[in-house]
Amino acid sequence: MLTRRIIPCLDIHNKVVTKGVRFQNNVELGDPVEMAARYYEDGCDELVFYDITASAERRPIDIEMVREVAKAVRIPFAVGGGISNLQDMERVLLAGAEKVSVNSLAVRNPAIIAEGSKAFGAQCIVLGMDPLAVEDRTRCPSGYEITVRGFRERTGMDALEWAKRAVDLGVGEIVVNSVDADGTRSGFELALTGLIADNVSVPVVASGGAGCSQHLVDVFTLAHADAAIIAGMIHTGDTTIPAIKADLVAAGIPIRRHW
Amino acid sequence: MIAIIDYRAGNLTSVKLAFDTIGREARITSDPACILEAERVIFPGVGAAGAAMRHLQALDLADTLREVVRRGTPFLGICLGTQIILEHSEEDGGVDTLGLLPGRVVRFAPANRYDKVPHMGWNRVHARVPHPLFEGIADETEFYFVHSYYPVPTTDDCTLATTGYAGVTFASALGRGSIVATQFHPEKSGKAGLRLLENFCRWQPAGEEPTC
Repeated sequence: MLTRRIIPCLDIHNKVVTKGVRFQNNVELGDPVEMAARYYEDGCDELVFYDITASAERRPIDIEMVREVAKAVRIPFAVGGGISNLQDMERVLLAGAEKVSVNSLAVRNPAIIAEGSKAFGAQCIVLGMDPLAVEDRTRCPSGYEITVRGFRERTGMDALEWAKRAVDLGVGEIVVNSVDADGTRSGFELALTGLIADNVSVPVVASGGAGCSQHLVDVFTLAHADAAIIAGMIHTGDTTIPAIKADLVAAGIPIRRHW
Repeated sequence: MIAIIDYRAGNLTSVKLAFDTIGREARITSDPACILEAERVIFPGVGAAGAAMRHLQALDLADTLREVVRRGTPFLGICLGTQIILEHSEEDGGVDTLGLLPGRVVRFAPANRYDKVPHMGWNRVHARVPHPLFEGIADETEFYFVHSYYPVPTTDDCTLATTGYAGVTFASALGRGSIVATQFHPEKSGKAGLRLLENFCRWQPAGEEPTC
């Protein structure tokens, strides 16, 4: 049976892992390569790195960091932030990343999904999306609107329509990061996650709001997520990946047990 | 030296890094002479079968691979490499492949919307027969998979291990004589994957009875 993946997310700011709430109030947590190695030893199933300031500062991603992570862990990892074209994607993949994640770039230029998928394979291209719950359903029938640039800008695009279009363009996986739940540690946005997971043919990764093991149980059983991103709950040492996995096994969730 | 065959079918960085991790000298190459000199050969690959076969023909490597197998050099196929050592793939409208092992490759056809294609993530691998490739690896250990098509060997005798997904139990590891092949990615499968690669590096197929 295919197991549900647990994916620690490392937000990188000036070569340091940071954690904030809704991209604000960032606190420095540690060295990305050391943290990646520790989570790998602890049995995480995959890792994701976002260079959260690369796009805003209009600079390419820190490729040396990608190389160092690739040497340190023998599991798949995705890299996002600071990807502006096919050459950037190729550099990240050749440095040893399994996947590249595009978000604002894909909104500006949806063709990049098809180009990346054709050049490197759909399994390499992840769409990150930051949907915000909205009242007005005339513009966004699903009730969720896509935001970009670290939630700062609303696009008027409907989240479910964008997800389906991205799959048609060739994306291999979708990370659904709830703007409303991000950093709150009060649980994933289950309605949003389920809406996307139940209506696209590719794996969906839930993101934003993980605070305890029960939140993961809920997002896997009630919202049908294929994988879940966690950050603050392990970065702060409140819990550990082995402890989360033990809770998920007890709840009957299929989890990778050998690492 | 271990030759990792480069036939423009995907990124080989993580394959090379995995051998670096276990301290085995491996070289990424598409040079037939280098491949024939190698003590062991890794045939990896991600992407589509049609393009992979065209690249193999363009690089004139199909006969080199047949010669590697004829000589009994230990040979490890990974993912797309595993699929195209069978005889036929239904990908890209149907492609005749290398035929180093009897069998074909078919697409997952999930009966429900929760079984996503590609099959992506960690799934359990159940040993059908004991094989040195899996020595020291607990049965039902999870390995990392990314694929939309799966191998169907003609006879069960070539199946070393199986995995269940989308309503089928498919051959996730295959082997015969000096050939072993995995549908999963040992190079991305943590310590179990490294152990499998280490097992492959120590394997002496000449001492093995052919499994089919």
